[in-house]
Amino acid sequence: MRRWVLPALLLAGLVGAWQVAASTGALADLLNLKPILVPSPAEIAESLWDSRSLLAENAWVTLKEMLLGFGCALIAGIGFAVAMHLSETLHRAFYPPIVASQAIPILAIAPILVVWFGYGMGPKLWIVALVCFFPIAVNTLDGLRSVDPEAMKMMRTLDASRPQILWRVEAPTALPFAFSGAKVAAGITGIAAVFGEWAGAESGLGVLIHLDSSQFETARLFAEVTLVAVMALVLFGLLALAERYIVTWR
Amino acid sequence: MPAKAKEFAAESASPAYGEAPGVAISIRALGHAYGELQTIESLDLHIPAHGVLGLVGPSGCGKSTLLELVAGLQEPERGEVALGDGVDSRARLARCAFMPQRDMLLPWLSAIDNAALALRNRGVHRAAARREAGLLFDRFGLAGFERARPAELSGGMRQRVAFLRTLVAGKPVLALDEPFASLDAITRAEMQEWLAGALAADPRTVVLVTHDVEEALYLCDNVAVLSARPARVVDELNAPEPRAANRDAAVTDPEFVSARERAMQALRGGTK
Repeated sequence: MRRWVLPALLLAGLVGAWQVAASTGALADLLNLKPILVPSPAEIAESLWDSRSLLAENAWVTLKEMLLGFGCALIAGIGFAVAMHLSETLHRAFYPPIVASQAIPILAIAPILVVWFGYGMGPKLWIVALVCFFPIAVNTLDGLRSVDPEAMKMMRTLDASRPQILWRVEAPTALPFAFSGAKVAAGITGIAAVFGEWAGAESGLGVLIHLDSSQFETARLFAEVTLVAVMALVLFGLLALAERYIVTWR
Repeated sequence: MPAKAKEFAAESASPAYGEAPGVAISIRALGHAYGELQTIESLDLHIPAHGVLGLVGPSGCGKSTLLELVAGLQEPERGEVALGDGVDSRARLARCAFMPQRDMLLPWLSAIDNAALALRNRGVHRAAARREAGLLFDRFGLAGFERARPAELSGGMRQRVAFLRTLVAGKPVLALDEPFASLDAITRAEMQEWLAGALAADPRTVVLVTHDVEEALYLCDNVAVLSARPARVVDELNAPEPRAANRDAAVTDPEFVSARERAMQALRGGTK
């Protein structure tokens, strides 16, 4: 528990300082803004409570997009990594396009995806999955390739078939790498979902963020941003927890 | 075979594990290159069934390649490596278990599951595989450590588990690549005695690669001294018989000392 103490204190200190600076109007004066544009943490919490049913409803939409998109990326990322590891031809064919996919400006293609797939869940899943796919696939592939060749030789003389080597040696070796990739991906699921919603959606925290920022509902805007961040952090935390229980040999 | 090992063999009441029928190794006119580099040049060696051959030679002389050729991990470019009637690499793989230089224990498996790997690969159920490997844990001084993860074991114990893993495979031929190179001097001496005992209790045809002339002469029936690359046999020695009850006495025996000197001279000659 001790390693939580320092970041918790830092966070509490920052929020406290922000509270004081915002509620006395010092922060607004400094930025030369109206106090309504610089909400204090207490005001943000209050707006979070007041709009709880609206926020919960929309947070659920965004959370579904994040989780389903992440799930698709996890399956595809690990699937592609294993396929590229087992077949040099597939590796040569797919690796460059996968790297190139990372260079696609998602923000730019999001509207096109909306045109293609409509206003529903589809385009958001694509965007979240596209963003999450790369770190998972590349890390898992690196993990699979990091197996010691001596261990492979040893397994071959112990009558292991190719699938057995994959399952008993390569998969466990790659597991911590896959977790690293998944944690990186989890951290950006929220950003990706919000981007997806901005391109065109009827509900979701991204939609609310967009509305509230144009209407200067700054307190609720901060509440929404906080919710997005917390959801991504919880996903990250769950993965870290799962890793601790599964990867017990490190 | 050292006298102590014979005692050890007599003491162990249970029958030898796997009771693999003996298989002789014959290497004829073997030549192999690694890219442009000629690593082995017309090598001839014969090891009788249940014989233990030591290979010593300077670093990078192709000993490890030779071991991989014996184990069936590679196909020779010229000449032939036969384990009994098995000539092609598939047949050699089926007859030989390979123990790599580092223990290569899988850190996510317990000691017993590591030792039972070959059985699991052959489709034996986990409980049955553990039971079978467990018999060897009792016999070879590892009782009580079945459930330990490799990280919890000392260097010597890890090496024992790695050797048991090789033994449990039940192959008639064992290819050991400098099995004790990573251990400190005292543990290494202990492990050499332990290995001598294990091989006496459960005889196999063994090819042992080592840097250590003393280790080779203590553990093996015959020792082939190889030259620098391309590897050829400079000298072949018979280990002195009978060897004393313990390792310290064995290696200070005058006959042993003179054999060691001869091997060292051959080694120096082959490096030139």
